[in-house]
Amino acid sequence: MTDITKTDVLIVGAGPVGLFAVFELGLFDMKCHLIDILDRPGGQCAELYPEKPIYDIPGWPSISAQGLVDKLLEQIAPFKPDFTYNRMVSSLEKLEDGSFRVTTDENEVFEAKVVVIAAGGGSFQPKRPPIPGIEPYEGKSVFYSVRRMEDFRGHDLVIVGGGDSALDWTLNLQPVAKSVTLVHRRPEFRAAPDSVNKMYALQEMKQLTFQVGQVTGLTGADGKLSSAVIKGPDGDVEVPCTRMLPFFGLTMKLGPIAEWGLNLHENLIPVDTEKFQTSVPGIFAVGDINWYPGKLKLILSGFHEVALMAQAAKRIISPGERIVFQYTTSSTSLQKKLGVVEA
Amino acid sequence: MTKLTFIAHDGTHFDMDAENGSTVMENAIRNAVPGIEAECGGACACATCHVYVDEAWTALVGEPEAMEEDMLDFAYDVQPNSRLSCQIKVRDALDGLVVRVPARQG
Ligand SMILES: Cc1cc2nc3c(=O)[nH]c(=O)nc-3n(C[C@H](O)[C@H](O)[C@H](O)COP(=O)(O)OP(=O)(O)OC[C@H]3O[C@@H](n4cnc5c(N)ncnc54)[C@H](O)[C@@H]3O)c2cc1C
Ligand code: FES
Repeated sequence: MTDITKTDVLIVGAGPVGLFAVFELGLFDMKCHLIDILDRPGGQCAELYPEKPIYDIPGWPSISAQGLVDKLLEQIAPFKPDFTYNRMVSSLEKLEDGSFRVTTDENEVFEAKVVVIAAGGGSFQPKRPPIPGIEPYEGKSVFYSVRRMEDFRGHDLVIVGGGDSALDWTLNLQPVAKSVTLVHRRPEFRAAPDSVNKMYALQEMKQLTFQVGQVTGLTGADGKLSSAVIKGPDGDVEVPCTRMLPFFGLTMKLGPIAEWGLNLHENLIPVDTEKFQTSVPGIFAVGDINWYPGKLKLILSGFHEVALMAQAAKRIISPGERIVFQYTTSSTSLQKKLGVVEA
Repeated sequence: MTKLTFIAHDGTHFDMDAENGSTVMENAIRNAVPGIEAECGGACACATCHVYVDEAWTALVGEPEAMEEDMLDFAYDVQPNSRLSCQIKVRDALDGLVVRVPARQG
């Protein structure tokens, strides 16, 4: 029997909207647990444009996307949310008592009275590289991450990409693999200079091959790769390849959410604009993932949505309890929760 | 107004007037040029606005900056005349610019 983590509210996605949901739910004493496939909070803000300034956050004439995430984390800290990173929420089911069971891709189980889907544009997943005919090899010879180094032992490994992941795995797997070919479109890298120097040193010693170019073709059968064709500055080169690790960054895909039995509208989850509830009572959707007439994919809209959603969530978690509307400026009870006056 | 032409992958020409200061990508989106996706809205964060600059124009358009060069690593079939169209600003000197849309965006 696996351990079950229980919480009031399970939030799928730790983007800006999921983070601010913790605040609004926290004001009503609901405890939150957030799960994200990324290794850190912030969603699109942290992954796609951390250094870019955002100009339409009320009260902040200009704030960097990462700066906003940092401020949100500071703002929700009093509510002590729990985070689980590097996990994809793979399934969501309703239990007989009306609560929900959520399972991750690593089979961790969570139970919550309310689920808030703040999944943005979907979960961040590795981008499929622009190599024709790669699909049949995926999961058999082509992998987008390394779970066990042993899986690469004795293989002719081709690593494609020019960032830290590509360089780090080139260095880590070089002693294990039969041969390693690193393929990158140009001799400059987006990786730590130290790793790049180490890679060039190994190439000097003929311990690995660095090939400038782009992979244009694959050969093999039944999902088993045998070689890769690389278009380089001096024409095509064919290299032995029984395992490939392409590192082409991340893209957002709706992912397993499509299988949770919720109504969808063009890959978005329709909600009402009073509670931001989905077609299943007790499951809410906020931020970029939801849809309603007039929806704008703005952080500011997501913030508004979570404030209303929190009221509806409170009614589910504490039925019959009267919900009092209060300002954080003047309510001593809210200020105690925020830790700004003594409890 | 500056004239701009996109040649889609199937050879269709899209001619348009572009405002100086706008990006080449923005004009593609405004005129629904097929094959320019621009998922990140011009933040140089997606590489789905990749174009080939017509050889006659490469010198005038110029070279990508480091951030764009990094992003180009994620594009499909990158050539010496590859650019991300959200990083090219329309200006008088580019009047008549021709760019080609690649077979696919990643
Ligand atoms: C380049 C760029 C510039 C932008 N500029 C602005 C701007 O100026 N102003 C503005 O208001 N907005 C801007 N936006 C939009 C803004 O970033 C989004 O509206 C905002 O990030 C949405 O927040 P979110 O929390 O709903 O979702 P996201 O930020 O998309 O976060 C969702 C998170 O959920 C995770 N997730 C999804 N499914 C699962 C699953 N099954 N399991 C685990 N985790 C999952 C994802 O990995 C992700 O981390 C911009 C966006 C981009 C790309
Ligand atoms: S629009 Fe995303 S990089 Fe140009």
